Amino acid sequence: MKNVLPLGTVWLAVVLGAAYTGDPAMAQVNLAGQWTGMYHEDQPDRLPGPELGDYGGLPLNDANRMRAQAWSASILSLPLYQCRVHPVDYAASFAQIRIWETVDPDTQQLEAIHVQHFAWGTTRTIWMDGRQHPPEYAQHTAMGFSTGEFIGRTLKVRTTHLKEGWLRRNGVARSWNATLTEHFTRHEDILTWHVYIEDPAYLEEPFFRNRDYVLNPSGRMGPYPCESVIETDTPENYFPHYLPGENPYLTEYSINHGIPYEATQGGAATMYPEYMEAIGQMPPPEAPEQ
Amino acid sequence: MTGFRACAGLAVLAVAAVLPAGGLDAQQQDFSSVEIGTLRVTDNIYMLVGAGGNVTVQIGNDGVLIVDTQFAPLSDRIAAAIAELSDLPIRYIVNTHHHGDHIGGNENLRAGGATVIGGNMPGPVPYVGAGAQVIAHENVLLRLSATTGEQAVPSTLWPTNTFFNDEKRLYFNGEGVRIVHQPRAHTDGDVIVFFRRSDVIAVGDVFSTTNYPVIDLGAGGSYRGVIDALNSIVDLIIPVYGQDGGTLVVPGHGRLSGLGDVLDYREMVLVIHDRLTSMIDEGMTLEQVKAAGPTRDYDPVYGSTEGFWTTERFVEAAYASLSGQAGDEQ
Repeated sequence: MKNVLPLGTVWLAVVLGAAYTGDPAMAQVNLAGQWTGMYHEDQPDRLPGPELGDYGGLPLNDANRMRAQAWSASILSLPLYQCRVHPVDYAASFAQIRIWETVDPDTQQLEAIHVQHFAWGTTRTIWMDGRQHPPEYAQHTAMGFSTGEFIGRTLKVRTTHLKEGWLRRNGVARSWNATLTEHFTRHEDILTWHVYIEDPAYLEEPFFRNRDYVLNPSGRMGPYPCESVIETDTPENYFPHYLPGENPYLTEYSINHGIPYEATQGGAATMYPEYMEAIGQMPPPEAPEQ
Repeated sequence: MTGFRACAGLAVLAVAAVLPAGGLDAQQQDFSSVEIGTLRVTDNIYMLVGAGGNVTVQIGNDGVLIVDTQFAPLSDRIAAAIAELSDLPIRYIVNTHHHGDHIGGNENLRAGGATVIGGNMPGPVPYVGAGAQVIAHENVLLRLSATTGEQAVPSTLWPTNTFFNDEKRLYFNGEGVRIVHQPRAHTDGDVIVFFRRSDVIAVGDVFSTTNYPVIDLGAGGSYRGVIDALNSIVDLIIPVYGQDGGTLVVPGHGRLSGLGDVLDYREMVLVIHDRLTSMIDEGMTLEQVKAAGPTRDYDPVYGSTEGFWTTERFVEAAYASLSGQAGDEQ
């Protein structure tokens, strides 16, 4: 006699198995939890912050370079700018992020995934319910409008409706008509976030950034209050910036690190390994006269 | 020809390209494929998007108040979009300024509305109550009624209720509505409309997300007036946090905005102001200024090489305004 299970037994096993493990057809990975960023060699850039005049490795175009060169850190003294949050493509670079899900209690369908950033306490929502993106004339925000889907075990996210932001917090702009394609991939207790930024206004080529996190089961995220205050008396219509050719700090990074000035000013070519050969052909930076 | 005359001439051309839109210009455009998009701003405020300036719609138990009316050929579609939001008549139309892409539908939409009358009216009064009131600053009426010949704007498009002081106030649909004059900005008749309870501001063309400021020198506009108007908007906005949330802004053109968007725009206006002022102080001519590319970093976002308001025309108008050649009060 062949060893054959009754059909009803097989069906029951499938149902119970699905109930126990979740719907295997959905291929979803639960990303929920508190995750702590790992900085490695990026630590100086991600916590203390980038140095003035360092645009290397960014595919910024000429217009963006002009904006960056005009940027003054004094903008952070303006009350209306003191609590300006990091944009969604930058905010996850600091300390912790916390991820949780919203599911329909009846169907257990995943409706949304939320990500809270330690930096400025912002929270983004990634809609998983198949909704459409709003029309272009809808409001743009720092967090944008995001929809997601699981591709295998990776969460793929498309983000539109961004407000103007920055690629690096030393004045390198990212325009409001940029769009993001993101991937969140979990490898056990390690989470990797990739963001692919396409900005027809300010980038020569798309920019790609990734961050790694480790699961922190006992972690708690601290609050991030911010209150604007008047730090200094400024004239009416004062907006800090440098006129073209008058920024005295643009060569500082080049000189301090012995990197040719041209190489610090970014552009798509500076992203690629072969650019090291070009750097070798450039004159070294000259220290200013004492 | 002096810079002033050249730029004033450009400005007159600029006006000519836009202002007759209620008549001639609208006739030259094909609106057949234009769809009116409706965006909910708050529970009782909506933004309509089609061709021309954005339309703001406030609804409630008192009826409908709209800010600006786009082009006449779109009136049926705009009326249909409003009818989806409220079955009450349009009581008030507010014009943010006199350009045709904002007033072109005045006649049609007014005709479908009804003015609130009552109190000491003794009985049926011919014409009183027929159609919505059209509110604007008096300079709008002066600009429209001054047109002649082929450029003449029909009186049916003119405002019916004007004011000449700093502000006109209404209480409508359960909230205070402040209509605040912004002198010498985009034109000399600009107003911004602040819905106090809804916390929404409809600002007309003193702020648009799609282009550099259109400074209509021929109609009393000025660069510094644009800055003042942007400051007025910023002063009214209270965000929830940082630059996000809270007061919402319906721009003259472009997307629904908040504080951050207005600040980004104001930053651009101030930075270019400082560059141009510095160049003017150094004695640079308009051609030298153009060659220096003072807007190059903002061009990918706000600039244009074609259409009505190119980057070049913006620089010309800005130069004329800031150099005093346009007769601005410095």
